[in-house]
Amino acid sequence: MKHYPRPERCEQAPLLHPPYRASLRRAPHRPLIQIPHTLSELTGPLYGHNPIGETDNDLTRQHFGEPVGQRIIVAGRVIDEDGRAIPNTLVELWQCNAAGRYRHHADNHHAPLDPNFSGAGRTLTDENGNYRFLTIKPGAYPWRNHRNAWRPAHIHFSLFGPCLITRLITQMYFPNDPLLPFDPISQSIPDERARQRLICHLDLDLTEPEFALGYRFDLILRGRNATPFEGPS
Amino acid sequence: MSRCLPAQTVGPFFHLCLTKDPTLGCMTRPGAKGEHIRVRFRLLDGDQAPVPDGMLEIWQADANGKYDHPDDPQQQSPDPAFCGFGRLATDEDGVAIFETVYPGRAAGDAPHLSVNVFARGLLDRLCTRVYFADHPALAEDPVLALVPEDRRETLLARRDPADPAQWNFEIHLQGAEETVFFDL
Repeated sequence: MKHYPRPERCEQAPLLHPPYRASLRRAPHRPLIQIPHTLSELTGPLYGHNPIGETDNDLTRQHFGEPVGQRIIVAGRVIDEDGRAIPNTLVELWQCNAAGRYRHHADNHHAPLDPNFSGAGRTLTDENGNYRFLTIKPGAYPWRNHRNAWRPAHIHFSLFGPCLITRLITQMYFPNDPLLPFDPISQSIPDERARQRLICHLDLDLTEPEFALGYRFDLILRGRNATPFEGPS
Repeated sequence: MSRCLPAQTVGPFFHLCLTKDPTLGCMTRPGAKGEHIRVRFRLLDGDQAPVPDGMLEIWQADANGKYDHPDDPQQQSPDPAFCGFGRLATDEDGVAIFETVYPGRAAGDAPHLSVNVFARGLLDRLCTRVYFADHPALAEDPVLALVPEDRRETLLARRDPADPAQWNFEIHLQGAEETVFFDL
């Protein structure tokens, strides 16, 4: 049977993080119960429920006209902790527009919607685990967590990986964002290096001249043998 | 060696991407084998108020206990009329209703659904399991055996008294009836 070591606690956000107010009434109080990895956890949903459309990974071509804002390429590899590529796996993302507004009925931020931007994308990784999106750099936006709370620019990512254990929903941030130190969501991760892993990197090799800046973001999922397991041969 | 990425909250706006397709709550096609059931979830916060902006995912075996996945070593083929994955947003009452089949037993477990819970306020997903209160194999289940006896009740779905095809399951994020959540 495969073995998936558990991540270090300091590299994951605690469920209860009082500066993030919404966690107060929603984070469980009792400790999680560790369970062995049975067939239910070592299997998991693989992609296949909806076909991928031609413009699903190009958020700038989903409407009649082009969205307002700075075009960016976001690309990288989906790999596990041992560096193994995860091919043919679904990557879903969503984000607000360049003005900091989501196309969502619950977003009442007083900023314009963009009729040419939905903010949702999906793609499958290729045989080497590569994925690529073309989108618009999302804006920062205010929220009501505390006085003058502003979310740093971010893109939400959702991945399944090979099994239930590897399921991940996270957020990608941009380099040198001055809002990051004040953001209770990103700062909920205790370990500085683990926080850094959620920040993409400007990559001139990915950048298309005269067209769009490229940001690289590798999506690293839990791996099987991060700690070598010595069993009887 | 690289380390895995930390999780972050799904936030309040995931609907525009993840739950656009409401048919992901219906895991059966005509002809799916086994007992067809509905599982009605209700997601409640620490004030016992409904969570109207949560997302639930189910992963389960088909009626024969077979997972549709290459790492399931069991010989039989998965039921082609059944999808083991379901995903729904909760509504304003915190409710999400999945149409599925009563799962079979896989590898000695009692029949169960694996559930991922996502919501604004949850910095990581929560993992739990739904077991069926009337099943005779509950006492043999190795995961249930790790749960203190006085909390096992929180993992049991019950048949709706008015509708035997429906099973009800409340997820309490906090409080005296806090659901058992697992560290995978």
